[in-house]
Order: sequence, then C-alpha cells, then structure tokens
Amino acid sequence: METTSIDLLESNFQSKIDRDIKIEPKDWMPDDYRQTLIRQISQHAHSEVVGMLPEGNWITRAPNLRRKAVLLAKVQDEAGHGLYLYSATETLGADREELIDDLHEGRAKYSSIFNYPTLSWADMGAIGWLVDGAAIMNQVPLCRCSYGPYARAMVRVCKEESFHQRQGYEIMMSLANGSPEQKAMAQDALNRFWWPALMMFGPNDATSKHTAQSMKWKIKRNTNDELRQQFVDVTVPQAELIGLTIPDENLIWDEKTNHYITSPINWDEFWQVVNGNGPCNKERIEARKKAKENGKWVRDAAMAHAIKRNAINLLTA
Amino acid sequence: MSEQEWPLWEVFIRSKQGLNHKHVGSLRAPDAQLAVDNARDVYTRRSEGISIWVVASNNVFASDASEADAFYDPSNSKVYRHPTFYDVPDGISHM
Repeated sequence: METTSIDLLESNFQSKIDRDIKIEPKDWMPDDYRQTLIRQISQHAHSEVVGMLPEGNWITRAPNLRRKAVLLAKVQDEAGHGLYLYSATETLGADREELIDDLHEGRAKYSSIFNYPTLSWADMGAIGWLVDGAAIMNQVPLCRCSYGPYARAMVRVCKEESFHQRQGYEIMMSLANGSPEQKAMAQDALNRFWWPALMMFGPNDATSKHTAQSMKWKIKRNTNDELRQQFVDVTVPQAELIGLTIPDENLIWDEKTNHYITSPINWDEFWQVVNGNGPCNKERIEARKKAKENGKWVRDAAMAHAIKRNAINLLTA
Repeated sequence: MSEQEWPLWEVFIRSKQGLNHKHVGSLRAPDAQLAVDNARDVYTRRSEGISIWVVASNNVFASDASEADAFYDPSNSKVYRHPTFYDVPDGISHM
C-alpha cells in the first residue's frame, strides 16, 4: 500500500516534468530530487561567494577609477548571486547556516576555478571573459530548469552576468592592443586560465555520475561535454580576433562536425583541485571563515537592536 | 552555534508607478527596516524598482499545494464566466 502511493506520486511528478510543468517549493517531490537540488544550488551559491575572493584581490590595485568601479560592481553582483541561490536552497527546506558550515568545514564543493591565484591585472580580464563566459554557458540552460525558484534565480543571474563577460573581454582587448609587455600579460593570463575554464564544465559525460538522472529531471538540460564544446567553439574566434593564442598546440577545426577539437583535458589536475589540493583551496576557505567570524559582532548587534526595538514598540503600542 | 539566525523575509517590488508589487525572492535580515535596505541592495541594483514591501515569511499563509485540484475545481467548471462561452453571429464587432 505504502509503496504504491509513493510510486503514484513519483509517476505524477515525472509526468509533470515531462510536460515541462515547473515544480514549486510546496509541491510533492522525490527526496532525491530535493537533495540533488540542494547539493547543486548550494555548490553554485558557494562558487559565487568564493568567486569574490580572486577578484577582490585586485580591487585596490585596479589601473584606474573606471576599472575599479566596474570591478566593485561585479564583485557586488557575485555576492547578490550567492544570496539568490542560498534563498533558493531555503525554499527546499535547507538551513543556510548549515550549508555555509559545510563549506567552511570542507564538506561542500564549489567551482574548482576559484582555487587558482590571480597573479596579474590581466587575470581580471581572463576571469571575466573565460570564467564568466563558461558560467553563462552553464547558467543559460538552467533558466529552464524544472525547479521554479532555481530557474527564476538563474534568469536574474544571467541578466547580470552579461556585463561581467564583456568587461573581462574589454580588459583583454585593451592589453592585447597595448605594449608588448601588456600583450604578454594578457597571453599569460589566457595560458593559465584556459584549461581550468574548460574544466569548469565538470567531468566528461562518460564519468559524470549525476548527469543522467539530472537530465531526466530536467535539472540539467545539456551534458557537460555539450556545454564545453559550445564554449570552445565560441571562445576560440574571440581569442583570434584580439591576437591571442589558445594554449593548445593540437587545437584544430573539424570541418566535418563544424566544431573545434582540443587536446585531452588533464583530469588528474581537476580532481586534485576539487579534492582540496589546488593552489589556493586552503586560503579561500580561511578567508571565508575569517569573514564570517569578523562579521559576527555586526550580526549580533543588529539582532540585539532589533529585539530591543521590538520590545519598545510593544510597550508603546 | 550560539548565534541567533536572522529571520527570513519575502520581498515584493513595484517596478514602476501603475504596476502592482510582485514577489521577487527572499532574504534574511534582523528587522523590517534592514530587510528593506538589504532588498534595495540585492534586488534593485539595476533600477528594477521604485517601491519595496517586505513580509516576514512566517506570516505568509498559503493555500495547500496538494489540495490545489480540489480547491480550484469550482472555478474550472464554470466556463460561462469567460466571454468565449457565448455564441455571437459573424459580422458583429465591438463586442
């Protein structure tokens, strides 16, 4: 009896998904669907928040006021994106503080790209162009994700991200058109960020353990390899246009498929970084923990003030 | 964790005069005023609004999603509430 009713609920649920009817917070959903979403959305939220750190590194050293104002606005957007996403996890019954604790205790993952250091100003260009570019490739299909609050958050995020990519490309273009030293700086940033950017799409389809189920639930709309290919195809001509070279000697255009073919990706490096051994994993988590600890007195004071004011309002009401 | 978590607020934004406030998302803040201030920073960074409402999430009482079919059924059966229910001869305009 028990199993039959669950089976019925599950088949109704899948039929809604198949008919492209969005799932909303209070609708019945299988526990695995809920857990998959909490995992994916919280990793996404953590990535937005940790993603502020490599760029925050250059705010005080931006080359002029225009670049500085732009970078500040971009980093502020990332904080907002983290917030939309944590809010979306809360609609699934997740506890935001617990998710943040998971990040700080090393139990949660976030995008491996943010564990690479930002060594020069050109890295701000490479990140905006490649990292935000890859993020947009990933996020645009998520605007049609089956879970309503996640899809709506993604619509907002995608609208805001489009300036992020353009400002990055503009930085790269200025450097590429500048002095030989500036052009070398841009090329060096591309050399360091190209492969990590391709890894952002996650493991190859053959080894990606969540893809099949996530596609069936329409949480994901494209596989990792499909999105990675799209990214390569649009990005290679963008590099050529500003006179930069993709750091892959074997990169060729395949006329039969109308796609670029790259060298194989170094997945050992990817797993090393994902599992905590990238160049900046420790530093990133330490910075997050410190930010939370240092802000505690502000949060406590704001709460104490609110409680006190409520009490006064009750007395005078 | 000894820290007391800030309450959750639902945020509604009027994008321009003449339109109603529309739900845009939620956030945490210690009180209503700070919820409005935070909502401005989070949800109106690109001129998305001219007025913000915040409502403590635990004050929202919602209809039951699992009862939706039965709850809205009475209106589904009354097709005569829609203009398309009625036959109008060809050539009639302004109706």
